[in-house]
Amino acid sequence: MARMKFVCDAERCIECNGCVTACKNENEVPWGVNRRRVVTLNDGVPGEKSISVACMHCSDAPCMAVCPVQCFYRTEEGLVLHDKDVCIGCGYCSYACPFGAPQFPSQGTFGMRGKMDKCTFCAGGPEDNGSKAEFEKYGRNRLAEGKLPACAEMCSTKALLAGDGDVVADIFRTRVLHRGKGAEVWGWGTAYGSQQAGNPPAGGTR
Amino acid sequence: MKAALAAAVVLALAGCTEKPQTNAQGVKHDAAPWSGTGTQANSGTPFTAAGWQPGDKTTWEQQLKARTQTGQNEYNKEN
Repeated sequence: MARMKFVCDAERCIECNGCVTACKNENEVPWGVNRRRVVTLNDGVPGEKSISVACMHCSDAPCMAVCPVQCFYRTEEGLVLHDKDVCIGCGYCSYACPFGAPQFPSQGTFGMRGKMDKCTFCAGGPEDNGSKAEFEKYGRNRLAEGKLPACAEMCSTKALLAGDGDVVADIFRTRVLHRGKGAEVWGWGTAYGSQQAGNPPAGGTR
Repeated sequence: MKAALAAAVVLALAGCTEKPQTNAQGVKHDAAPWSGTGTQANSGTPFTAAGWQPGDKTTWEQQLKARTQTGQNEYNKEN
């Protein structure tokens, strides 16, 4: 099996935040912590693009490189996970990560920063698979249930893809080859009429 | 008497010591995801998806690949 990967299709993401909600619900993520979030470029401007961002489970993860207590580990599936019992909450990983994935709960006394929390690709952590301790610390272990991350499975437009990198790449490639552009896009004629199917009106007038 | 007093002092001061902050035990080893989530080894729960056998890596990989295609590739359904 190849590495597990996320891919977000900016052409399809409609900024519904369904992935964010699914993640928070599935893993019971505390208030103030967002393992996943939707980032929109040129918000409000025609042509705006949105993508859903979380831990990308880097092959050469900078968080793993800078962690002073080496709480990170990589699984055989290429997932970057961490051990909260070892984490000291220093925040180095937060500064190192280019995606802003590491999150820190701050609802403790005086807003004290707690242990780092991040996307686990719904693969839990080093506790026993499916155990209560694993759920309370890391969230649901859907991978060990033969399922994929809740964010991707709940995505209504299938903009967010998750799974074996080879399969995800195949799906994305097929999509790009089929969907075309402009008037070639499926549903264009329904939405705008066949007269505007990419051709100028007859006579050259508007 | 002195020995008992010394022992009591040592016991009382033991509460002031810091917890060891070294990573002597190292990071815990994570169980393989294909081992399932059941309480028994290589077993599932009612939440386990059908179509694979916990403990069997090959069926788990096939299950995830099939689930990715059926759940996320609508071109298989529409075209």
